[in-house]
Amino acid sequence: MAKATFKIWRGDSSGGEFKSYDTEISPGMVVLDAVLQIQGEQAGDLACRWNCKAGKCGSCSAEINGNPKLMCMTRMNTLPQDAPITVEPMKAFPLKKDLVTDVSWNYRVKEKIKKFKPRPPDATDGTWRMVQEDIDRVQEFRKCIECFLCQDVCHVLRDHHKHEEFIGPRFLVYAAALEMHPLDTEDRLRDLKDESNIGLCNITKCCTKVCPEGITITDNAIIPLKERVVGEFYDPITRFLKLFRKKR
Amino acid sequence: MAAEYQTFEHDVLVIGAGGAGLRAAIEASTAGVSVGLVCKSLLGKAHTVMAEGGMAAAMANVDDRDNWKVHFSDTMRGGQYVNNWRMAELHAKEAPDRVRELEAWGAVFDRTKDGRILQRNFGGHKYPRLAHVGDRTGLEMIRTLQDHGIHQGIEVYMEVTVIALLKDGDRVVGAFAYEREHGRFRIFKAKAVILATGGIGRAYKITSNSWEGTGDGHSLAFDAGAELLDMEFIQFHPTGMVYPPSVRGILVTEGVRGEGGILKNSEGRRFMFDDIPANYKDQTSDTPEEGWRYVTGDKNARRPPELLTRDHVARCIVREVKAGRGTPNGGVYLDIAWIKEKISNAPEHIKKKLPSMYHQFKQLADLDITTEPMEVGPTTHYIMGGIRVDADTQASTVAGLFAAGECAAGINGANRLGGNSLSDLLVFGKRAGEYAAKFAQENDFGQINSEQIEQTVKWALEPFEKQTGENPFEIQHELQEMMQDLVGIVRTEDEMQRALIGVRELRKRSKNVKATGNIDFNPSWHTALDLHNLLNVSEAITLAAIERKESRGGQFRDDYPAKDAEFGKVNFTIKKDAGGEMKIERVTILEMPAELKQIIEEMG
Ligand SMILES: Cc1cc2nc3c(=O)[nH]c(=O)nc-3n(C[C@H](O)[C@H](O)[C@H](O)COP(=O)(O)OP(=O)(O)OC[C@H]3O[C@@H](n4cnc5c(N)ncnc54)[C@H](O)[C@@H]3O)c2cc1C
Ligand code: SF4
Ligand code: SF4
Ligand code: FES
Repeated sequence: MAKATFKIWRGDSSGGEFKSYDTEISPGMVVLDAVLQIQGEQAGDLACRWNCKAGKCGSCSAEINGNPKLMCMTRMNTLPQDAPITVEPMKAFPLKKDLVTDVSWNYRVKEKIKKFKPRPPDATDGTWRMVQEDIDRVQEFRKCIECFLCQDVCHVLRDHHKHEEFIGPRFLVYAAALEMHPLDTEDRLRDLKDESNIGLCNITKCCTKVCPEGITITDNAIIPLKERVVGEFYDPITRFLKLFRKKR
Repeated sequence: MAAEYQTFEHDVLVIGAGGAGLRAAIEASTAGVSVGLVCKSLLGKAHTVMAEGGMAAAMANVDDRDNWKVHFSDTMRGGQYVNNWRMAELHAKEAPDRVRELEAWGAVFDRTKDGRILQRNFGGHKYPRLAHVGDRTGLEMIRTLQDHGIHQGIEVYMEVTVIALLKDGDRVVGAFAYEREHGRFRIFKAKAVILATGGIGRAYKITSNSWEGTGDGHSLAFDAGAELLDMEFIQFHPTGMVYPPSVRGILVTEGVRGEGGILKNSEGRRFMFDDIPANYKDQTSDTPEEGWRYVTGDKNARRPPELLTRDHVARCIVREVKAGRGTPNGGVYLDIAWIKEKISNAPEHIKKKLPSMYHQFKQLADLDITTEPMEVGPTTHYIMGGIRVDADTQASTVAGLFAAGECAAGINGANRLGGNSLSDLLVFGKRAGEYAAKFAQENDFGQINSEQIEQTVKWALEPFEKQTGENPFEIQHELQEMMQDLVGIVRTEDEMQRALIGVRELRKRSKNVKATGNIDFNPSWHTALDLHNLLNVSEAITLAAIERKESRGGQFRDDYPAKDAEFGKVNFTIKKDAGGEMKIERVTILEMPAELKQIIEEMG
C-alpha cells in the first residue's frame, strides 16, 4: 500500500511546530482518516475535532495544504502525494491545541443576534402556511453546518482581527436566514448596521469560495442584507415611505 | 478533597446536547429552574445533527387517513409488541405538537403544495409521515433547538465529559466530569439529573455513529444502580456505504428508498419481493408497478418491500451476500437512478430530494447516484435498549435520575421505525425536562460524597501513571471487531459465550492502558476512559442477547430463528448486583389496556 507523509501542526497557545508522520493510505481515504490513523498508531495525544465523518456536523475544519477545508470531505487522491501534506488549525481563532481552536467567540456572537419572532399563526389549528418557493432561499442558508471556515478566511477577522466589531460571514448568513424567514417579524437592520458592522464586508467573496455547503454567502445573503440596510437608513425615499408603512 | 475541584450548581443538570438533551433543557428552564447542559463536543455537533430522513408525526398533512392510532399501531408492530405501549401511545399522540412547536421556533420544513409541512414515506409507516428538510432533518432540528435554547438562560458546558454520577444514599445528586481542554475535573451539583447521551454504535466496527456513541449514559446509569432494559435489541440499518473502505458504515438514508430507490442483487433481481413477512403481506405491494405508484403518492397502492422494517431488510441483504449474490465489495445495489424511466427530470429531482446523499457519494465514492446504483450493506445504527424509564415522567429506577432519547428504552421495542427517533427525542425530552424540573422543585440539593470523588479521580488518572501499558485505541479496535463478529446481525449461543469471555478479558486488559503525553486535550486518555463504558454496554448487550432465545426485531438468533410467543411477553433488565456484577432479570410486560388492544386489532 502507498504511504503518505503528513506535516501536522503540534502545539498550543504558547507555540508549536510542524511534525512529520508517515502513514499508510488505503483506497478512498480522506485526510481525517489519515489523521485519526496517526492518532491511533503514533500520536495518541494529537488533538482534533470530528463527529460525523460525512460533512454534516462541521467539526473537522482545518487548513490542508493551506486551504480551509473539512478534513472528512477531503479525499487523499485530490492532493498531490509527491510532497508532504500539511494540516494545520484555522487561523482566525486562538489555538487550544494541535488542530483544535477556540471557537467560543462564534457562540457569543450568535447569542447577540435577536431571535426568531414569528407572526401569529395563520390557521385556526395554530400553524402557518408557507409555500416552498418562499422558503427556498432560507433553506439554503439553513444548510450551514457551522464549520466556521468562512469566518476563517474572511480577511476582516483573519487579518484585521475585528472580532469585536464584525460578526463575520457565518452570522451574516444567520441574520439573513432570520430576516428572510417568511414568518419572522423582528427587525435586525439597525443592529446589522451598528452592531454587526455589515459595512466592513467589502464583498471579496472569499467566504463563498470555501463554504463546504455551497451556500452563496455573498450574493444571496450579504448583498441583499446590505441593500436592505442601505434602503432602510440611507435612501431618502424609503425613509420617507417608511413613516407610512409597518414592517410586514 | 472535593473542594479542590471547581463546583457548579444547577437545579437540573442535563447530560447530552442532542435533540433529547436540548429539548429537555428548554423545557426545564421554561419551568423556571436553573439548568446546566453538558456535552462532549461543541454545541450543535451531537449525533442528532446527522439524522437525515425525517421525524415521524401523524399530522396527516399528506394523507388525511393518518392519525395517532395508526402511528401507535405501526410503532408497536415495528417493535414486535415488546415495546412499552404507554410510551408508544404518548409518542404517537404528542409528536405532531412537538413538530409544530419546532416550526414556531423557526424550523423551516419542506412544504406541501398548500403550504403545510410536507411528510414523506418511510419503512414501516403506513402513511407518509416524516416531516423533513431534504435529507438533513437532524441539522434543522438541532439548530432550531440550539438557536431557541441559547436565549433561555441555559448554562452550556461544551467539551466536558461526565465520568460518574454522584450519589447521596440512593439518590443521584450530581455528576463528576472533566473538561477536555486541560483535563480539569468538575463537580456538578444538581437536584435532578437527566441523561440524554445517545447511542452505543462505537461498540461495533461498522457503524453510522460518531466517536461520541460510546454508551456513556447507559454505563453511567448502570454504575449508579439504575436498570437497563432491552439491551439485546440493536438496529443494524440495512443501508450503510460499503465502498471505499474508509467510508464503510456511513449511513445512506432510508429516504432513498422512500423516494423510489430499489434494492437489487448482483443478478439484477429485486430480491426484497422474495421474502415478505406474513404480518406485513397485506400492506406490501405485489408488483414493482404498485410499489412505484405508492412512492409517488397513490393512496390505493401498498408500499414496496424495500420499505419493510429495517431488521428484515438488513437480514435479506445479509442473506443475498452470503448466497454469493452480493456486489464486489460485499453489499447489494441500491438504485435510485432507475427512476429516470418514470420521470423526465430524474437527476434534478434526485438532487433536490436527496442533496446530501448526492454529495456524499460524489465526494466520498466518486459515484453519481443519479446515473449509477450505490453499493450498500448493513451498519450498526441505533440501540432500542437503554435506561429503563417510567413512560410518563422518564424517571429511571434511581431517584433523581431521568433519561430521554436514544439512551432511554421502551418506545421502540425490538425494532425502531425510521423517523421515530427524532420525534421520540422531542416528546420524551420535553417530558424529562418537565418532570426533572418538578423533582428539583420538590427536593433540595444532596450531599456530595467526597470519597466517591477521590476514587473516581484515582481511577481516571491511572492511564497517566503507567510507564508501560497498552494502547487504548488498540483495545477499542479489538472490542469493536469482536462485537461485530460475535454479537452482530446474526447471533448464536456459542459465539456470544465467546464474546462474554472476550469482554471480560478486554476488561482486564483495559486496566492496564496507558495514555500518551500530558492531560491537555488528549484523545488517548479520553479513549482510555471511554473503554469502561464500551465494555459495560458490550457485556450488557451480550448477556441480554444470550438470554433471549428467539428471533425478534433487532435480535436474530441462528440457533433460534423463530419468534417465540413466550418471549413476546417479557423484557430483560440488567442491573448491578451486590458484588458489582451484571444481573439479568426477566420482567413480564404489563397488559395493554383494552382501548389500545382494540386499536391494534382494528388496524390489522
Ligand atoms: C446518520 C444517521 C441518520 C439518522 N437519521 C435519522 C432520521 O432520519 N430519523 C430519525 O428519527 N432518527 C435518525 N437517526 C437516529 C437519531 O439521529 C438518533 O437516535 C438521535 O439523534 C439521538 O439523539 P439523542 O439526543 O438521544 O443523542 P445524541 O444526539 O447522540 O446526543 C448525545 C449527546 O450526549 C453527549 N454525551 C454523551 N456522553 C456524554 C458524557 N459522558 N458526558 C457529557 N456529554 C455526553 C454528547 O456529547 C451529545 O451532546 C439517525 C442516526 C444517524 C447516525
Ligand atoms: S465577502 Fe465579506 S464576509 Fe465574505 S470573506 Fe469577503 S469580506 Fe468577509
Ligand atoms: S456558511 Fe458555510 S462556510 Fe460558513 S460556517 Fe456555514 S457551512 Fe461553514
Ligand atoms: S466530521 Fe463532521 S464535518 Fe467533518
